[in-house]
Parts: sequence; C-alpha cells; structure tokens
Amino acid sequence: MEMPTPDAAILARKARVVARLSEVLPAGAVISDPAETRAYECDALTAYKCPPLAAVLPSSTEEVAAVLRVCHVEGVPVVPRGAGTSLAGGALPTADCVILGVARMNAVLETNYPDRYVRVQTGRTNLSVTGAVESEGFFYAPDPSSQLACAIAGNIAMNSGGAHCLKYGVTTNNLLGVTLVTMEGEVIEIGGAHLDPAGLDLLGLICGSEGQLGVVTEATLRILPKPEGARPVLMGFDDVEVAGACVSDIIKAGVLPVAIEFMDRLCIQTCENFAKAGYPDCEALLIVEVEGSDAEIDDQLSRIIEIAKRHKPVELRESASAEESAAIWLGRKSAFGAMGQVGDYMCLDGTIPVSELPYVLRRISEMSEQYGLAVGNVFHAGDGNMHPLILFDANKPGDLQLCEAFGADVLKLCVEVGGCLTGEHGVGIEKRDLMSVQYAPEDLDMQMAVKDVFDPAWLLNPAKVFPLRASASRRMAAE
Amino acid sequence: MYSPKTEAELAEIVASANGPLSVRGGNTRGMAGRGTPLDLSGLSGIETYEPGALTLVVRAGTPLEQVEAALAAEGQRLAFEPADYRGLLGTDGTPTIGGVFAAGISGPRRIAVGAARDFALGVRFVDGTGRVVKNGGRVMKNVTGYDLVKLQCGARGSLGVLTEIALKVLPVPETAASVMLLGQSPEGAVQAMARALGSPFEVTGAAYSPCGLDGTPVTALRVEGFAGSVSYRAAQLAGLFPEAEVQVEDYPAKVAAGWAMIRDCKTLQGVEGDIWRLSVKPSDAPAVLQSLAPQHYLLDWAGGLIWAAVPAGTDVRAAMHVPGHATRVRGAGPGPQVHPADAGVARLEAGLRAQFDPRGLFSAQLTEV
Repeated sequence: MEMPTPDAAILARKARVVARLSEVLPAGAVISDPAETRAYECDALTAYKCPPLAAVLPSSTEEVAAVLRVCHVEGVPVVPRGAGTSLAGGALPTADCVILGVARMNAVLETNYPDRYVRVQTGRTNLSVTGAVESEGFFYAPDPSSQLACAIAGNIAMNSGGAHCLKYGVTTNNLLGVTLVTMEGEVIEIGGAHLDPAGLDLLGLICGSEGQLGVVTEATLRILPKPEGARPVLMGFDDVEVAGACVSDIIKAGVLPVAIEFMDRLCIQTCENFAKAGYPDCEALLIVEVEGSDAEIDDQLSRIIEIAKRHKPVELRESASAEESAAIWLGRKSAFGAMGQVGDYMCLDGTIPVSELPYVLRRISEMSEQYGLAVGNVFHAGDGNMHPLILFDANKPGDLQLCEAFGADVLKLCVEVGGCLTGEHGVGIEKRDLMSVQYAPEDLDMQMAVKDVFDPAWLLNPAKVFPLRASASRRMAAE
Repeated sequence: MYSPKTEAELAEIVASANGPLSVRGGNTRGMAGRGTPLDLSGLSGIETYEPGALTLVVRAGTPLEQVEAALAAEGQRLAFEPADYRGLLGTDGTPTIGGVFAAGISGPRRIAVGAARDFALGVRFVDGTGRVVKNGGRVMKNVTGYDLVKLQCGARGSLGVLTEIALKVLPVPETAASVMLLGQSPEGAVQAMARALGSPFEVTGAAYSPCGLDGTPVTALRVEGFAGSVSYRAAQLAGLFPEAEVQVEDYPAKVAAGWAMIRDCKTLQGVEGDIWRLSVKPSDAPAVLQSLAPQHYLLDWAGGLIWAAVPAGTDVRAAMHVPGHATRVRGAGPGPQVHPADAGVARLEAGLRAQFDPRGLFSAQLTEV
C-alpha cells in the first residue's frame, strides 16, 4: 500500500517536536523512544506497519487542544487513534506523524436516565458505555464485534455498526453531541442532549469522517432501555439464493428483527469444527433474532418461521431458553476467530442492496475459483452489509497481493450492483484507492473541500480516505 | 422563474446564474429566500422502489403525497413522519420530498426511529457552481467517504439544490394504540413521558397538549406493531401510571388522526402571533415554558420539541435560559429565523457554504424573505 514519503524536515526536527509536546503534557504522556513507538505502528490491519515519529496520550480535551496547537505550528501530521482496532488502517501512522491516542480519556462524565443519554470521554470502550448504564436497565445500541476493545472515538470516526443495527441504527443514529478539537486547537461543541441541530448537521458530517476533520474528545450518546427479552431462530437452507430470498421476505413482512445473520457453507463448517455449536450441514444458515416479552417473541418467531417454511428450510430451530439461544449464537460469534484458525484472512465490508444477495454470492464464488482463494461469507444480511472473508497464506509470496486484488474485485462488484465499498469498517488506507470506483472526481472533490474547511493544512490523518493522487495537490499545497 | 425539467438543465441554470436563486419545491415551508424563483416541481418521479430492500430513490420535486401513496400501496411508509406545514404557515403549495429533506422535517416518531436525516441514504445535488455531485448511495449501511447526505439534510438548500434522494422506508405496522393520561401539568407530563420512554415498551410517540381533548390537558403515548403486542404494551404502559386518569384509544383511524394533529400542530394553526420551534433537553421543557409563558404550545418528542405561539416580535431565544436552539417557523422577526450558532460552529458553517456555494447564490435561503 503506497503511503506518502515522510517529510524529511519533520524527521530531522523530531527532538524539537518531542520537546514541545513534552512542555504541554504531563510526564509519561509523550512516547518517542523507537522501542516504545512500535506499539503504535499498526492497527488491526496488521499487514501494514510504520512506527510514528512520536505518540501522545493526553488526559483531557485541554491537553488534546494543546497537542494539536503544537503540531499545527510545527506542521506535523497527526493520526488520531482510539483503541487501534480499525480493520481499514484508519490509525496507521506515517513515519513523520504524531499518534494522538485517546485511551487515557475513558471517564463517564454524565449519565441522565430521564433524558436517556450518557456523556463520555471518547477513549472509553464501546462495551463499557453499556456497562456504565446497565444497572439502570439501559444500553448503548451500536455493537461492533470488537466492542470489548474498541473505543467510542474510533466508533465515531468510522461510524461503526454491528449486528443489531438493523433495528437500532449505527453510530451516527445514536450520537447526540460531540466536543471536537480542530487541528488549530480550537474546542468546538456540536449538538448536545437535545435532538437536531440548529443549523447545518455538522454532527452527521463528523461522524464517519475518519479522524480527518477534528479530534472528538467527548461524546453525548443516546441510551435505550433494554428489551424485556430476545430470542433467535436458526434456519438452514440447501441453497444460498433461497436463504437470500427468505431474508427479503422477512423484511417485507413487517417483522423488524433486531438481527438477521447469514453464514455460508465454509463458515458453517469452520465454526462447527471450532465451536461445536451443533449447526446443520447445509449451504446457508440464517440466525434471526427478535425482541420483546415472551409472548411477543413467540408471536414474531412464529411469523418468521411461517415465512421460512415457504422456502423449504432443511433445519428450523427455535430457541426456547437462554441456553438454546447461546448455542445458536455460539458459532456465529466465534466465526472470525474460527476462520482465523484456518488461515490468514482479509475481511471485506462491502454493502449491497439486499435484492442482489444471490447474484453477488454467486459471483464471489466464481471469483474464488478464478483466484484460487477460498472465501467464507458471514454477514449482516438484513441490511446487505457483507463480510466475505478471503483466506490466504501470509507466508506465501504474492498471496497477500492476490488476495487484495480479489478483494478489490469483490468491492467493485458491490458498487456495480448499486452498493458501496464499506458499510461499517471505513475506508482508511484499505479502500482508499478504490474510492474512484464509487465516486466521480467531482464527488471526491466536494468531500475534500469539506476537509479544506476543517483542516486547511491537511495535517489530520491526511493519507487516508482519498486516493493519494486525488488528494496530492491539496496535501502538497498545504506543506 | 426557472423551471428545469432535468438535472442537466438545472445544472446549466445554476452555472449561468448571476444573482441569488430562490429555490423551491412546493414552497410550503417558508424556506425560499430572495432571488429569481427556481421551481423544482419539474424534477419529479420515482426512480427506483424496492420494497424488499426497503429503499426508494426519488427525484426531489416529487410531491410528498405521491411518494406516500406509492409506499402505502406496498404497505410501507416514511417512518420519520414528516409534518405538513401548510396549516401552520397558511401556505397552499404541494409539499415535495425534496422540501422535506432540505428542511429536515421529522414528526413525533423521531424519538423512536430517528429523523429525516437518519432515513436519507444518498443524495444528488447541484452545487453553487453548477456541478452535479452525488454522495452516499442506496444501501442501509454506508461509511464510504464523508456523509454529505446528512449535511444536506436540513441545510435549507443553502449548500446546493437537491435533485435526487435515496431513502430508507419501513413497513407500516399492523396496528397502533394511544395511551392517554389526562389532566397532567407540563412537569407531570414530562416526567411521565420520560418514564414511558425509559420502559422496554417501545413508545413511538410521546406528546403533551395543554388543551388536548375538549380543553383537558393530554399526555399521549403511542405504541405500534402486531395487534397482540400493541394491546400488551398499551396495558403495560397504562400500568406504569396507577395514579393517573388513563384512557386507551386503539381504533386505528382515531389513533392516526390524533398523531397527525400533533405532527401538524393542529392546535396551533390559526393562532395569532409568531410560531417557534424549540429543541431542548426534554427535562428542561417545563422551565422553558415557565420562562416563555407562550399563549399556546405543544410538547412533542417527550418534551424535547416545544412548539410555541407567542406575541409577534417576542425574542424567544432570550427567554430560553437552557442549552438547545429555537427556530422561528412563522413570523417576521426581529432576528434571524434560524438560531445563530456559536463562533466556532458559525465559522465552520460559513466555510462550508463558501465551498458549496462560492457565489452565494443560495445564501438568501437562510435569511428572511
């Protein structure tokens, strides 16, 4: 993956930059020893690594502002980092950048149950936001599968989703306000505990902007009362296309499941071998979960099963207890780990119109044969957010490149059928150079014009999201 | 008056314009500013509608009723429940889907399912230089690049002319019911609505009218879904308020009519003076009402949205004393219609406008007519 050549002048000024950062931060908050900066050399896209010039770990909005002022004056690029769980390389450093990690900022600042929100520092992990409010019967809805580790900062940067967003929406639908620090070090409050902005929807713009418009240090998040209960049904099908048609019929029927998860044969078998969840031997498996009181769950599941029966399932297993629910989810929840045991894999994230599922799955399996690389499909079927896992061997020369070429073809296919490159992981560096498949030059130019407003010097995470060639003139002009 | 029939014609008009344009769909929401009228009703029609994928792609000038009729034919709807402003503003045009999104109009269900912006999946627009730009797409989950879709929603046409919108739709539930608490004070109502929304019974509307049923104050809570679920939830909700006088309305047409009245601010239509829309933290609503003392009002969004009728010229913002904002929906001023932003936000907004509309063709959309 091509990255801009590090600025030699900045590398030469390392000592001065570190000294100035140390002036504005407490002891222990500036990391510059090459042995220690290596901890920040990559995120969860581990194929690409580069230690930063330095890393800083501020503890407050004021300290973040001070860091950004220093870097702005010094002309040093800044790469914001939450927990470093990005699958897209969103937090990948360049050698001339300062990593700004928010991990030390993990406090709950305010909980308000009558008005149903919580205000946190953004270094707090996703799951611990729910942890802070669950004693009162509330939860924070977006649930990316990395939720144990990932930070709210990264969730906001990538507009993260999760398995339950079919019903509850993604981060942007659950974010009420942010404290944003601009590259110049100005602290700006956007939104708050009220709904809807007065003027432009800057909150909607910032969510998903991949740390390129500002550093979000605090966030007001919508919390929801927990449902009375939830239970899944598992269905097996002999044919992938039939499973796809079943998904579409469930959605049309007016039942709003909280999740519809899909797995294909390779994933079913791999998960079964790994987790012994008792999955049936079939081509496609759906897990559909609904919420409500016991009677409401029974009613919704019976409607869903009625629909499924029209599609001649080879297996139908309705959960009647917490243990049975856990067994149904066990395999799905271990899917990524199980696939990881089989080999190295690249996880794609393209989203397609649900109606195109059968066609896209067929094309992916054809491409899999052409490329000679196996693919497992496990994804959120209700919203068309696919996660093909392409297996490769990182130790085999050329295999990563082959895998990336295959991945690029799959993503092009997603765009071709009316979908997009990424549904919840973000563009980062991974899909940066494919942006021109989805967007025309003027579309990208309009987006880059937004960055010009927030970060005229193009110092914040500058080598991400936009194809390097498209952003070159802006990055150069700003230098 | 310009009346383009295609996006290309529109782009040409904008590119060659040398003065402010007054962009309008049905011109029912009081947004069109000074300038040469630019009528979008020619850019009309549904591009694609996929009920099985819950998505609709529609040209901006399409009448709202045409969109709603097409959805109703498939048992679906715009879940964010856009209001009709004609009664409130005394306008008589045909509301368009473009106007709904440009104004960011969401009704009572906003508290449960989200706002217009949460249902917008993609847009096409013509920027102030005449370029056609697209953003987003037509799928439910999309984090590919910056979200200019949300930025355009509610921008009142100040960042370009919307030509096409892709949106998410939802099935119409089997039935609905309203649980009504009678005779409460605004404080009691806001507390009751908070309790209802803090319950697991999935309330999809929470509003309070001080003059609801025949002059009796009414706190209304709505539940929707399958019949069995609705009756169960309505009963559970009613049970949360043993001390209140409770009525349950479960005749679907009556439930729908009641919430349409709330959505369109029926009780404020025809009232003299200025009409304001205040967005606050729900629990702040009683204090705002006390300080503002409006002639008539309506609380929606559990108290988070205050519709207030006040004597002409009242400075509502000065009486707010809490975080949030106030928009003057009807009335001449003084002061801007839209709440002035703090310095930092104002600078970013001005910067964005300069990028999207460098010649200021659409800036009059933000000031009074």
